[in-house]
Amino acid sequence: MAWNFDNDRPIYSQLVEILQTQIVSGEYKPGDKLPSVRELAITAAVNPNTMQRAFSELEREGLVSTNRTTGRTVTEDPALISEVRKELASNHVTCFFRKMKELGYTNEEITALTSEAATREENE
Amino acid sequence: MENIVELRNLTKSYNGKHNAVDHVNLDIPGGRIIGLLGPNGSGKTTIIKMITGLLTPTSGSIMIGNCKPGPATKAHIAYLSEHSALNRNRRIKDALYLHQDFFADFSMDRALNMLENLKIDPNAAVKTLSKGTQEKVNLILVMSRVADLYILDEPIAGVDPAARDYILKTILTNYQERSSILLSTHLISDVENILDDVIFIKEGQILMQTTVENIRETQGKSVDQYFREVFVC
Repeated sequence: MAWNFDNDRPIYSQLVEILQTQIVSGEYKPGDKLPSVRELAITAAVNPNTMQRAFSELEREGLVSTNRTTGRTVTEDPALISEVRKELASNHVTCFFRKMKELGYTNEEITALTSEAATREENE
Repeated sequence: MENIVELRNLTKSYNGKHNAVDHVNLDIPGGRIIGLLGPNGSGKTTIIKMITGLLTPTSGSIMIGNCKPGPATKAHIAYLSEHSALNRNRRIKDALYLHQDFFADFSMDRALNMLENLKIDPNAAVKTLSKGTQEKVNLILVMSRVADLYILDEPIAGVDPAARDYILKTILTNYQERSSILLSTHLISDVENILDDVIFIKEGQILMQTTVENIRETQGKSVDQYFREVFVC
């Protein structure tokens, strides 16, 4: 199944986020070997050069490293993974707050709504 | 990377008055997947037919490597035309043998492999195939070649969305990393994620040549949305 992308921003940055999420969520575990650029490009149905660019970005931040003999592997540094996890979470929260403010909610109301939702989740 | 094709001041006039292709300058580098996008009648197929040697330019030049279009360049360009390459009165495997005889770079293994993946029987008679299956077989014939340049004129126009996904995957799986793909289509949203570059063509002239990511970055829109804006009717 091809991956889905938003229309309003570059595909490579969305690929970075998807791969970061897959690593943070443990779909790819620390030390795991990643599929080749070509394989992942085919899975996602994206251009291989775009996938390559996403991989370069992940390598730059250290989440993925390339080794001549073993190929691309996920970092085994838990601190780095948890840092990326925090960053992704913070992006989601920022986005959530922006949307709630658009709907006219105040910070207090938003906090009340989220704790209500958390209680509901727990009871389910 | 070196250019596979260079077009200089390429012009084609069918009637001597109006230019279907009008002084087009275009470089096709290696290792790229390029979308040739434009409304109906904008000159996409005319450009493709000149590169593939089916039409003679009125003026201007086409260089492919160091050659003009001819038998030598056809040996390195795999072309999916708007017309079927299949003889209705033969079987699929006859088309495979014909391609094997014609093109030194044709890989029978690859063709049989793709047919098997799509559950198409090589012994089937062409006239028993649906239109969509015929399109798939035509694409398989083209993608089974190990070419420098694949030119695909409307490769997904006649098939359903699920088959489109499979065709795009077939294209991604089978082209060589150093070769390029020039793909014309008006189904932009279906293909834009697999493209490196897009060329917008209007009334025989090149309106813009840029990357997909550049359009998304600078316009905040998908190529499909941007195309609709540029070519608003």
